[in-house]
Order: sequence, then C-alpha cells, then structure tokens
Amino acid sequence: MRASEKIIEGLLWLSAVITILITVGIIWVLLSESISFFSEVSIIEFLTEKEWTPLFADKKFGIMPLVAGTLLTTAVAIAVALPIGLTIAIYLNEYAHARLKQVVKPMLEVLATIPTVVYGFFALTVVTPFLQQFIPGLAGFNALSAGIVMGIMIIPMISSLSEDAISAVPRSLREAAYGMGSTRLQTSFGVMVPAASSGIVVSVILAISRAVGETMIVAIAAGQQPRLTLNPLVPIETITTYIVQVSLGDVPQGSLEYKTIFAAGITLFIFTFVLNNLSFWIKKKYQEKYD
Amino acid sequence: MSKKQPKLEARDLNAYYGDFHALKNINIAMEEKNVTAFIGPSGCGKSTFLRLFNRMNDYIDGFKVEGNILLDGNDIYQKDVRVDELRKQVGMVFQKPNPFPKTIFENVVYGLRIQGIKNKAVLEETAERSLRDAALWDEVKDNLNKSALALSGGQQQRLCIARALAISPSVILMDEPASALDPISTAKIEELIYELKNDYTIVIVTHNMQQAGRVSDYTAFFYMGELVEFNKTKTMFTSPKDERTQNYITGRFG
Repeated sequence: MRASEKIIEGLLWLSAVITILITVGIIWVLLSESISFFSEVSIIEFLTEKEWTPLFADKKFGIMPLVAGTLLTTAVAIAVALPIGLTIAIYLNEYAHARLKQVVKPMLEVLATIPTVVYGFFALTVVTPFLQQFIPGLAGFNALSAGIVMGIMIIPMISSLSEDAISAVPRSLREAAYGMGSTRLQTSFGVMVPAASSGIVVSVILAISRAVGETMIVAIAAGQQPRLTLNPLVPIETITTYIVQVSLGDVPQGSLEYKTIFAAGITLFIFTFVLNNLSFWIKKKYQEKYD
Repeated sequence: MSKKQPKLEARDLNAYYGDFHALKNINIAMEEKNVTAFIGPSGCGKSTFLRLFNRMNDYIDGFKVEGNILLDGNDIYQKDVRVDELRKQVGMVFQKPNPFPKTIFENVVYGLRIQGIKNKAVLEETAERSLRDAALWDEVKDNLNKSALALSGGQQQRLCIARALAISPSVILMDEPASALDPISTAKIEELIYELKNDYTIVIVTHNMQQAGRVSDYTAFFYMGELVEFNKTKTMFTSPKDERTQNYITGRFG
C-alpha cells in the first residue's frame, strides 16, 4: 500500500519534471541556435534592416517585415474577434435565457475545434474571392482574408473567457445596477464590463498571443512575401509562415539560412511569452478584488 | 386605518418559482411615510415579496406572479410599465453592501449619470445632500474620490443608501440591510431609517425581531408563503392575534 503510494507519487513528480525539462530544452535550442545566428548577423541589423531576404543571393536579415506581417494579421483578427466576441459575451450573460446559453456556448466552442488548415483553406477559397467582389485591388493572397478568418477562429476564445469574467462579477453588483433603474444596456456597459475588465483584457491578450502564433491560416492564405507594409490587401509573410517555409524547404542544416528560423522563432517566443505573462500578471493583480 | 390612498398595495397576490408556490394569496396595504417591517423565518417568502415591489424577480427563470402590485394605485406589472422608470421611484438597499467598484462620488451620482445628467454643480450638490441624508458626509467628505471598496462594511451600506436616495425615490425597499454589519453600524442604519421615514415610505425585511420592534410602525409576519398577520408593530408585539405569530415572536421557532 505504502510502496504503491510512493511509486505513484514518483510517477507524478516525474511527469511534472519532464514537462519542465522539455520546456527548458526547447528554450535552450532556441537560444543557442539564435546566439550562433547573432554572432554572424548583428542584432542592430536584425532589428533595423527593412528587408528580409535570407534565401536570396543578396541576403538581408531585417525581421521587421515579418513582425509587420504578424502584427497586421493579428490586428485584423482582433478587430474582428473583439467586438463580436464581447458582444456575444454580453448577450449570453445579460440577455440570453439560461437554456439558450447552455446551447450556444458549447456550439461557439466548436469554432475552436475546427482544424486550422480548414480555416486556411476557407480563407483562400471562400473569403478572398468573396472580398474581391467588393475590393478590386485585393490580391489572391492577402493579410485581410487570413486575418478575418483568424478572427473568426478566436471569437470563442474571447467570448468564452469574457463571458466567464462577466459571470464572475458578483450578482449583487448587477442587482445594484438594476435597482438603481439601469437598463440592461447600462448595466452591461456601465457596470458589468468595467467590473470584468481585467478578465476581458486577459482574454484579449491570450487571443492576441494565439493569433501571433497562428501558422496554418496565414501560411495558406496570406502569401509568403516578406513585406514591410500595413496594407492588408497585398501578400505578406508572418514569422510563423517563414519558419514553415524554411523548415519544409531544402535549406542545408547548420547554414546561416537555417539558423534564421531560430532567430525568427525566438522573436515569436518573446512575443507570446511577454503576452502570456502580461495576462497572468493582470489576472493575479486584479482578480482578488471581489473576494 | 385612514381611507387615503395606500402607497403600496398587494391584491390577491400569488407567486411561483416553477412549481413551488412561494407566496399565497397575499393582500396588504402600506401607508405613505411609514416603516413596514416584514418578519418571518427563512424561506417564508418575505424577501421574495419585497422584491416584487421593484420587480427585481423579473430575471429569475421560472418565476411567475399572479394578482396585482400597486404603487400609488397603479399596477406596476402592467405591460406598459417601464421597469427602469419604476426603479427610479422604488429604490432598494440590499443585504450585503454592494457599492460599485468606482469612487465614492461616482457611486452616489450613478443614478443621475445613467439619466444623462452631466451638470457638475447638480451632481456635486446631489452627492452632498444624499451623503448627508445617509449620515455619511462627515466621514467621507474629504475622500470623495477614493474607491468605495475602501470603506468599512457599515460605511459601504450607508453609501448604498445614499446612492438610492440620490435619485429621489418615494419608496425604499431594504432587504435585511443590517444583517451583515456589526452592532454599531447596525445602530447607525436603524437611526437613519428612523430619520428617513419623514420623507420616504420604507419597507424593511429583517430577521431581527428587536430591530423590527425598534424601527417599524407596522409589521407583517410571513410564514410558509402566507401573510399570517399584519398590524401596528406595538400591537403585534404585545398582543399577537395568531398563534403562529406568537410562537415566532416569543422565539419558539424560526
């Protein structure tokens, strides 16, 4: 009895430690490869150069075009997902009957279970041709369609987490608002949303983090042309897409071109790491307020 | 009883939570500028009944009302009644102090803000008047921009009363307003109720019989969803007519 307890405890400990070790290992590979990259390319060039052409004869290593592409698709995605997600959250919380909520919420979460490759295909073959009817200058591969579809994908993330945040606001606060003669709209936007703001901000940050790291949709629908632009109508390339492109290509291992993916990877990692920690920090700092 | 129009009235009132018959055939009339206390054991329906007067039960799934609730002779459950307008006339103070996570000032003027009033002088004047009426002004006048959540429980509850007073209701419903407070804060709230009845009609739900005896003019005793007895508080506490009332106020159950 006692021996088996010990063994189980040991196994649990082991699985926890393995997770940590793997994380440390990944960071280690990322760091060591990018350090060797930065010994050949200066960080200043990496951050200030306006072109990214490691695979061409005239090699330039400016990460900015990839960062711009990433931020552009992310911005489009958030511009789609935040208003829709928040509206859904408020509707479910303040207006919908309990039974409707029970049906709608899981259905929304189905959106999150669709494989991203399907979303990418959808962006390329449905959304882009549809948008081209209204926007004549829209290229076949573009940041707009990819961003919009990515936005649809992260709607459930924002709506679900925001809804949780709004429902976590004590009922007494809602009653206070209604008791003062607030309409539902005034209660939602004047009391519930501000009171749940830390949770809503967290949901948005996690959604941004998800969008920044999203690969398949942008790889399929946004093109593969690193370009320092904020124009969503033309093909761009994101950090993730670049990594896919090089990983799948025939770049010799150990070469400088090969090492670029680690430099790109660590840039991406810094982004998502900072975002996730920011959300964690906000959650911790503001959550206890009503306990 | 005088023949003038009652301020609040319930006629043949029945209420249900799904299949559960929570209030049974209740008839009551409450006069203006009086304090009426609702007493009774937990689950007797007194809070449910109180919350009918500002339609706070509207959002509960499966809740159903039959009969009439009248404010100044008008049925507040008619289709054309706007609930938000009703609640500007019938204010409410809850069991647990529930200030908004805003400043003290913004809490008091919340009701004016949602009515679209932006005039700074009006807001400040109302804030001071309401806080004075709620006997909180002297304690907070230098800290109006501090978070309301930094106040003590008793201060928060008086702030909630000030917030309710700011929109000049004619009726104030209080749902066990002192049950979460210490004895000193409770005494302050009770004094306040005594002051407020000069201007407002007050209905208070309480578990505390001494409190009902101290603050109310009339008392209604509820038991298992029925209004067992309704009378002048003095009469009820000295010579209850119903055996159940007698048992309750002498502490034999509840």
